[in-house]
Amino acid sequence: MIAEAGHYALVLALGLALIQSTVPLLGARWGDHALMNVARSSALAQLLFVAASFALLTMLHVMSDFSVVNVFENSHSMKPLLYKITGVWGNHEGSMLLWVFILALFGGLVAAFGNNLPLSLRAHVLAVQGWIASAFYLFILLTSNPFLRIASPPIEGRDLNPVLQDIGLAVHPPMLYLGYVGFSISFSFAVAALIEGRIDAAWARWVRPWTLMAWIFLTLGIAMGSYWAYYELGWGGWWFWDPVENASLMPWLAGTALLHSAVVMEKRNALKVWTILLSILTFSLSLLGTFLVRSGVLTSVHAFANDPARGVFILLILCLFIGGSLSLYAWRASALKQGGLFAPISREGALVLNNLFLVSACATVFIGTLYPLALEVLTGDKISVGAPFFNLTFGPLFVPLMFAMPFGPLLAWKRGDLLGAAQRLTAAGIVALVAIAVVWAWTYGGSTFAPLAIGLAVFVIAGALCDLAERAGLFRTALPVALRRARGLPRATWGTAFAHAGVGVALIGIVCETTWNTEYIGSMMPSDVAKVAGYQLRLDDVTQRQGPNFREMIAQFTVSLDGEKLRVMTPSKRSFTTREASTTEAALLTRGASQLYVSLGETSAGAIAVRIYHKPLVLLIWWGPVLMAFGGLLSLSDRRLRVGAPKPAKAARALQPAE
Amino acid sequence: MMIGCPAAHAVQPDEVMADRAKEARARDLSRELRCMVCQNQSIDDSDAPLARDLRLLVRERIAGGDSDSQVIDFLVARYGEFVLLKPRFTLHTLLLWLLPPLALIGGGLTLWFYSRRRSKAGSATDPSHLTEEEEARLERLLAAETPDKQT
Repeated sequence: MIAEAGHYALVLALGLALIQSTVPLLGARWGDHALMNVARSSALAQLLFVAASFALLTMLHVMSDFSVVNVFENSHSMKPLLYKITGVWGNHEGSMLLWVFILALFGGLVAAFGNNLPLSLRAHVLAVQGWIASAFYLFILLTSNPFLRIASPPIEGRDLNPVLQDIGLAVHPPMLYLGYVGFSISFSFAVAALIEGRIDAAWARWVRPWTLMAWIFLTLGIAMGSYWAYYELGWGGWWFWDPVENASLMPWLAGTALLHSAVVMEKRNALKVWTILLSILTFSLSLLGTFLVRSGVLTSVHAFANDPARGVFILLILCLFIGGSLSLYAWRASALKQGGLFAPISREGALVLNNLFLVSACATVFIGTLYPLALEVLTGDKISVGAPFFNLTFGPLFVPLMFAMPFGPLLAWKRGDLLGAAQRLTAAGIVALVAIAVVWAWTYGGSTFAPLAIGLAVFVIAGALCDLAERAGLFRTALPVALRRARGLPRATWGTAFAHAGVGVALIGIVCETTWNTEYIGSMMPSDVAKVAGYQLRLDDVTQRQGPNFREMIAQFTVSLDGEKLRVMTPSKRSFTTREASTTEAALLTRGASQLYVSLGETSAGAIAVRIYHKPLVLLIWWGPVLMAFGGLLSLSDRRLRVGAPKPAKAARALQPAE
Repeated sequence: MMIGCPAAHAVQPDEVMADRAKEARARDLSRELRCMVCQNQSIDDSDAPLARDLRLLVRERIAGGDSDSQVIDFLVARYGEFVLLKPRFTLHTLLLWLLPPLALIGGGLTLWFYSRRRSKAGSATDPSHLTEEEEARLERLLAAETPDKQT
């Protein structure tokens, strides 16, 4: 009964989405307010029904109702409750349902909080959301229905893929989807603007918070996924340039570019046509990511199923939306008026440069990911494009971008003074040079590249601080005055500084981890001692334990530094009986931002294969993105963004308290 | 991120070469070679039996006195280009290697031409010179701002 109710709710959501995608358009056409307002109510009702559908599927999973195929294939009655819930989206059908649920959530948010939008714009935006939703509801109902029953229900389920039985599954996919799907809002706004043939700074003001929100979630989602892979896969890698990772990186790069070009559009009413194109491209890349992951074109744990029918269906959706929106763009974009002239050396110019590099980087990831597929289809030749290719091509694009990053915020709009900006960055430059010298002297004889890269990272961080100090007038006025001014700076300024500094922080982590990573690979017997980067790890003993749905072999290590006992580490290997699969649970010892990482290998004749890594400052790799997201959040909380549309000058001033 | 091959432990203790320099070379080479039965994993990362065979093969060739490029040539002759994670620069990878620089240079040139065209077309409205109307508007705005500044 629950499954049928869920199925029915989903069909009703499709019906509502179809209404939402047609009626408001007619309303906008005829200037009928009542019809345009249908968009709002249908979006909210659609959200209600898809939420009900999602809740019912979750209920089925929690109750372990194995008469439902989806539950049978991905759950087990002995599985811990958390994984019963997260298992809902740990499979193809459920994750698609999460996808449409989040899509409806964003649509609902626009409907609920978009009261300050012009009525016809809101109608168009929600209609476009309705098109996307309809396509994906059809996809789910026709090819990936999670509510199908089994005629003769089995007693026990097949369990969830053990690698996915982790807290990471609770956070990573929802975050990532909030990011992916969040970009659908900027897409819908872009298409709506093209349909209406009108776009202005107010448009950018409405789009920016949504883009920013999606970007924050995507940033956190990618970072979370990376950390999950790092501790779960057992060899301490955190980025593999896997096509699936690239699929999430591409929308992130395009979304970051969009974020910056939207600023230019909002502040200076320039780059309109480009911002529209980026909005379309960013969501197209999100769709492409969904296609790559869901179609089975790439086989991995992410591609839960390899059903060609699904691939063809998603490809169809992809062609329809990307092709359609780009055609609309080609047809209507010239109608949009260009505005806001600026000199090449200006804030706008810097943001254009940022876009140039980010989009080039995005194109690089795109070609590297899809080239092998295309080549195989066209010529039958099989080639591989992996980490060495991306490191070689992606790095050189990011170095100039990072070098230019501190200059951007210091340039004035319209016409900037590069020399002046450089002067104001003198302090940051000096700090960076000192950092290079110190690192170089400290690691004398080692890598020559690493100190330079760290210097660049320090320059970025110090540059962000310089910008803040400059704006607050630090060292030019008395300290209390400067502090008060710093507090009074717009939150968006603080946000920029945090986000930019985050990039530098992440770079330091990446450089340190890849350059000064120490590893020990060996067979150890109980009471053997391994020495890694000054730490002594003594293998005390190896024990067996029975978990809820797995058996576990736990090794206990006592870690000491200079003879002083620090802590006990217990890496383990779990074998899951139902799936006949095993996972490694690495043990981590965090010291500051550095980590000691122990994972177990095979056992033979009483000895156990052990891999121990010391990863200096590795945590900075993820603190960086967290800082970026925090910066985004600060920027999002800026009053100027929440106001929504620009108010007439007089009304705005009237709001300010008279001091 | 999550890869098709089971939990990986890659290089096993018994594979490690006694000569440190040679082992380091073997590790560097391993990172450039693909485990052909895995999804986008190098043989250095992969736990698959094939990856182990390849790692041993690489070490065998190195121990036999092969240079890095000889090892690579040997593996490509045996398994094809597919084994290389960084494809060679050949005719059919031309686009792959040239697109990133072309995107950057092409984009840069487009911007340059575009800004030149616009600055020519817009020389009448040079951003540094304001029209009379703009001056007047600026005056009004400044006048309106002043009381705020004094507070």
